[in-house]
Amino acid sequence: MQIIYTDLLCIGSGLAGERVAIEAAQAGFEAICLSLVPPRRSHSSAAQGGMQASLGNCIKGEGDCPDVHFQDTVKGSDWGCDQEVVRMFADNAPLAIRQMAYWGVPWNRVVPGKSSYYKGGEKLEKEEKKDREGLITARDFGGTAKWRACYCSDGTGHAMLYTLDNVAVQSGVKVHDRTEAISLIHDGEKCLGAVVRCLKTGELRAYLAKATLIATGGFGRIYRASTNAVINDGGGLIIALDTGVVPLGNMEAVQFHPTGIVPTDILVTEGCRGDGGTLLDVNLERFMHVYEPEKAELASRDVVSRRMTEHIRKGLGVKSSYGEHLWLDIRHLGKQHITTKLREVYEICKNFLGIDPITELIPVRPTQHYSMGGVRTNKDGAAYGLKGLFSAGEASCWDMHGFNRLGGNSLAETVVAGMIVGEKIVEFLKGYETGFDTKVVNSALRKQQERMADLVSGDGKEGVFEVRDAMQDVLMDYVGIFRNEKDLALAVDKLKEIHKRAGNLKLKSNGTGANPEMALALRLPGMVRLALCVAYGALERKESRGSHAREDFPERNDRDWLVRTLAYWKEGEDLPELKYEPATKVVELPPGDRGYGGGKIISAETKEA
Amino acid sequence: MARKLIFNIFRYNPMDPSSKPEMKKFKLEETENLNLFVALNKIREEQDPSLQFDFCCRAGICGACAMVINGRPGLACHTKAKDLPADITLMPLPGFKLVGDLSVDTGTWFRSMNEKVRSWIHTDGEFDPNAEEERMDNSVAEQIYELERCIECGCCVGACATAQMREDFLGAVALNRIARFIIDPRDKRQEKDYFEVVGTDQGIFGCMGLLGCEDVCPKHLPLQDQLAFVRRRMGMYALKKIIPWKN
Repeated sequence: MQIIYTDLLCIGSGLAGERVAIEAAQAGFEAICLSLVPPRRSHSSAAQGGMQASLGNCIKGEGDCPDVHFQDTVKGSDWGCDQEVVRMFADNAPLAIRQMAYWGVPWNRVVPGKSSYYKGGEKLEKEEKKDREGLITARDFGGTAKWRACYCSDGTGHAMLYTLDNVAVQSGVKVHDRTEAISLIHDGEKCLGAVVRCLKTGELRAYLAKATLIATGGFGRIYRASTNAVINDGGGLIIALDTGVVPLGNMEAVQFHPTGIVPTDILVTEGCRGDGGTLLDVNLERFMHVYEPEKAELASRDVVSRRMTEHIRKGLGVKSSYGEHLWLDIRHLGKQHITTKLREVYEICKNFLGIDPITELIPVRPTQHYSMGGVRTNKDGAAYGLKGLFSAGEASCWDMHGFNRLGGNSLAETVVAGMIVGEKIVEFLKGYETGFDTKVVNSALRKQQERMADLVSGDGKEGVFEVRDAMQDVLMDYVGIFRNEKDLALAVDKLKEIHKRAGNLKLKSNGTGANPEMALALRLPGMVRLALCVAYGALERKESRGSHAREDFPERNDRDWLVRTLAYWKEGEDLPELKYEPATKVVELPPGDRGYGGGKIISAETKEA
Repeated sequence: MARKLIFNIFRYNPMDPSSKPEMKKFKLEETENLNLFVALNKIREEQDPSLQFDFCCRAGICGACAMVINGRPGLACHTKAKDLPADITLMPLPGFKLVGDLSVDTGTWFRSMNEKVRSWIHTDGEFDPNAEEERMDNSVAEQIYELERCIECGCCVGACATAQMREDFLGAVALNRIARFIIDPRDKRQEKDYFEVVGTDQGIFGCMGLLGCEDVCPKHLPLQDQLAFVRRRMGMYALKKIIPWKN
């Protein structure tokens, strides 16, 4: 059995994981990044539209500053976020983006002079200032007061990831790709590293580290229809939850993106609407401005997704063999714009739908997209419950997104959190020595070896794909955009049953080498536990906030629910244990109206009914 | 009527002593909008759960699913069954170490390439967190982005005759990367620094000009133009060295 020692073990090599690793490597520590795929294939590469940072360089961003970014983000979160964290985030985003520019990202820049743009299907004019020429420019995105989403065409995530991976190579960050962490090694108080399966050979290894970071991104693949890459199955969250002492925060907060294409669920960027694209119904009429006169197509994602669903329920969806959908219209933006600034969208439409978005409409519907919940950390990125364990990026609940994330704030989070958490980890590493108890390491390894042997030759009866499908169907059918007591209770019951089945798996193949059936079998019981955290958390949260919309509790209830859900899982249990903590200790912006989305608010000052 | 598709898939698991390299047949009925991502997953889930292949974004963005499809390297995710004959042959991408079946180790190859071409901005300037960003002309940013669009899928390597003959050939992807840094004003390397890396048989002189790389690039990058661009820059540089009054 190979044992590998390092200072910092980053589980996940997307933007957040690599940004943290670079910080540690540049401070002189050894950092190893684990990745399911080569790091440049991480799902960060699929982020298209932009990164929010309040540079205020372009004319429509004039007057922007961290304060406005802070306000937009807190409102976007529906006051579910940690405001101290949002403040740090908004203040540091301009710095992080400039650092990315210094490292090589080819951000689009301000071009002085007059140009036209579209808003709500209407053509308007703007004039960029001469003295801003060559500074980083921005485009419009949902839920923001200013144009703040800095971009590289619509391959922003790709450009950022390639640049960051370049810096990782330059800084000597080691990458062990095609590896999967299948459990954390810990003694109940300290995290000591992880048991890792090599996805090239199938062998197990132990990685021992002074600090361990979970940066594995989202877990959208517990849903059947998701914009997420096939690798986004929550591996990092699962191993944290399985410690029994590390809680996951706000797992019920699951975002649906308005424009997943039908039928493949591939995302087309919010930049389409930001640049002036409109949503149309079966009669080819706009409808968003009727529901949201102020923001129309550019309300926040939770709101647009709900309005689209409402509109379809009114019978105004377009019927297709894949269910009902709506149209996204970007034709008026013109060939030049679509083939440059929305080039990925153009290619996706051509390659996956066989349509030309310059002349044709794009079929879209809300699709699972982002997980606001994740490994609960404090503002330094340190996980609750285990010393030496950290988390950053979508995998974490650092909690600047609360119950709804604004478009462009996730790319920003990866590098801002990466920078801040990276600095904190360096501080931690400087003052920390540890010992590795071989008994703890061996028992962690043995447990996984036994699991693997049992999957091949045990007396399990269930097939992995069938159980996975059952789980995904429950989430799609009962834990979607609109939620209610009856459906959620049913979902919890069904998932408890499925969790039992997931404990009784047996491979059909021999499991040798980099066997993909083995990989799924090892992950699946944990995925069902994540699903239960989502469904049970949603059942218990009796209010509507951000992306968590309860038909039976339509009000945002600040009186009783201005709290963050913490989900713990004790070994052998069939449900998570839920605890709650205040959403934010520091209140810079008191709860109020978001300015879009409607809905009643039960204010914190209201007395008990 | 729906076609009956026959998939001939290369099978070999190097970690299994009983496994021998072979072609194996799978049958699948064609459905509406079937692409190879859906087809291969169906085959794995319904017929052989040990089948190894790679997909990640399944949207043509990450480059994970490059393989040889009826003799031609391409991305499986955006290859539609309706564009192929009923007899479909899938092979792993050549030029990379085989992980198993259709899955190859591109990560090690590309990391090594990135190290060899020193694929990062070389500058003496320190990052100043308090300063405004350095200005750049938007058209330059867009030019850099055009070359930055490479997804390291490996199709160009798989389609390159030189890369199949010599393991140390850097490939079109590396020359494209060098071109990206040559036009980036933030990179302070001199021409000689670039040419030390690519002015060899492993670099621009290894290319036989067969254009396979550009033909198969799923992002339609102008790979041959970049090769010509780098060669031209190198020629000019060499000429300047020879002609003393130009020094």
